[in-house]
Amino acid sequence: MRNLFRRALPKVADDAGQEAVPDLWVRCGRCRDMVYAREWAEASKVCPKCGFHARLTIGDRVALLLDPNSWQELDADLRPTDPLGFAPAGRPSYAEKLATESLDSGQSEAAAYGRGTLDGLPVSLAILDMGYFAGTLGSVVGEKIARAFELGIAERRAVIVVSASGGARQQEGVVALIQMAKTAASVQALGAARLPFISILTDPTLGGVTASFATLGDCIIAEPGAVIGFAGPRIIEQTTGEKLPPGAQTAEFQLRHGMVDQVVARRDQKAMIARLIRLFSYSTHPAQDSTATTSTPHGEPRVVATAGVQ
Amino acid sequence: MSVVLDFERPAAEIRTKLDATEKQYAANPTPELDTQRIDLRRDFANRTQAIYRALSPWQTVQVARHPLRPQTMDYAIGMCTDFVEFHGDRVFGDDRAIVGGPARIDGRPVMLVGQHRGRETRERVERNFGSPHPEGYRKAHRLFELAEKFRMPVVTLMDTPGASPGLGDEERGQGWALAANLATLATLRVPVVCVVIGEGNSGGALAIGVGDRFLMLEHSIFSVASPEAAASIVWKDAKFAPQAADALKLTAPDLLRLKLIDRIVSEPVGGAHADPSAMITTLRSTIAGEIARLETVPADRLVSDRYEKYRRLGSWFESSRPATPVGSV
Ligand SMILES: [Zn+2]
Repeated sequence: MRNLFRRALPKVADDAGQEAVPDLWVRCGRCRDMVYAREWAEASKVCPKCGFHARLTIGDRVALLLDPNSWQELDADLRPTDPLGFAPAGRPSYAEKLATESLDSGQSEAAAYGRGTLDGLPVSLAILDMGYFAGTLGSVVGEKIARAFELGIAERRAVIVVSASGGARQQEGVVALIQMAKTAASVQALGAARLPFISILTDPTLGGVTASFATLGDCIIAEPGAVIGFAGPRIIEQTTGEKLPPGAQTAEFQLRHGMVDQVVARRDQKAMIARLIRLFSYSTHPAQDSTATTSTPHGEPRVVATAGVQ
Repeated sequence: MSVVLDFERPAAEIRTKLDATEKQYAANPTPELDTQRIDLRRDFANRTQAIYRALSPWQTVQVARHPLRPQTMDYAIGMCTDFVEFHGDRVFGDDRAIVGGPARIDGRPVMLVGQHRGRETRERVERNFGSPHPEGYRKAHRLFELAEKFRMPVVTLMDTPGASPGLGDEERGQGWALAANLATLATLRVPVVCVVIGEGNSGGALAIGVGDRFLMLEHSIFSVASPEAAASIVWKDAKFAPQAADALKLTAPDLLRLKLIDRIVSEPVGGAHADPSAMITTLRSTIAGEIARLETVPADRLVSDRYEKYRRLGSWFESSRPATPVGSV
């Protein structure tokens, strides 16, 4: 894993709205330049000098994408279990790792989901977080993803999933593997309800997450520079002896190979998602869209409205 | 070709004696030799049974990978009639690690799709050791859609160390190909019966392994990753594969106990490789029975049952249900 910050980002402006301590600096993980902490936070942890997109927490993502105070996290009480009794000889057991992981990260799992609004649009948002167990897909993450899609269906919300994951969680074995099938089925259910799924791939998106819900988006957006792929670079080199060329498995590589629709910088993501949801939702939100189109001078509301009737 | 696994040696030694005695008896059929060979036959059967009843997970991995174990093409030929192999994904190429096409099982047309590892070195290389490229998964996808179009039940046979992890595989969207299959299988409007016949590892197996019924041959394995890959993650060293096999709960009895699979198909005593034709016959009648039962279920019900089956899978603690219902499909 890359070392993102030499010094962990201090609490710049926490939920209580505390101001940043003025003399704190953050070092960029790519260009190694020092950036003023407040500037860093205001740019959503994107380096103003080299454009590097550092990793975000779930809270950072919510602030980036949702309208202020609209986030309602659901089912935050879901906790992992140890379905296999995973106790590898001579290594910490899964139960032990879960305990230290929660202590180290201060989190209870690698994903959160809930409802909110994005530019006024009702959405169901799920976010994966590399900060807990490398964002790996286990039962809790799989269940939250599935519920995010069910929330979308029940309340007619577009679904947005922000992925950041090392893949399936080995310690849950086949239970983790099956979450790939379960979440793929959830994507299909949302599709049957004709609701849009916007998948955001961030650094890194790998393995079982790439091979399930994350790449099933109606639109797939990747964050600049993010490592995205199925097999991680280390596995490719070990298995095939091939040395990966520079830039392989980045967002830009995937764009070039036709695997993602857009590479969108962090500051533009919210507006892009809002545009997409409005484009996709014409027939499912007639009331909302009729007001939108009547106010649009070049719209042809009558023709489109007829075509949009279900 | 004869391959004796380490832990099979005690039985193999009896076998050698038995073969010699049989030869002697054929030349000189005395009552003493007759008694001897009958005793040896019984000893051999008992010893083999004892060994196979107490296989460790790592030993099971070795049986699942046994070079003489029947593979997908053996089942295609031995279990089916009228198998016509379909080639290519219509986009990039023909992957040799996944084979498939229409066939009949007990007269009923089905779509058969499976991974094939190959036996001789040349064939193994040609088939990438059973690790499919994206075009293999896209060929499978094409066949799944064809099956739905012509209302043919789908039968999949899993036998792969995992999806191929090369640069070309990444360029052609391995993850995307796997995900598309998971989604399509989840909603396919025909019965889908999946069987792990050897080694079923990771998303590479799962991408042809989502269905109404998920079966495992008695000594096959099904795992989130190969024991070697899991060991290099957990121990940072693939040499710990036997320990990983222990921890992963990848054997059929363990997975049935965890309710992650639907059924175990018994193997002949001494494993499928000891009597391939008996194994093939057993699997044919098992699959025919499963299909006959699933065919009585209307398509809508089949798809919703399949959704519910996967929706329920997982394990977590939850102190309360959310105040707002999250809906159901
Ligand atoms: Zn920088």
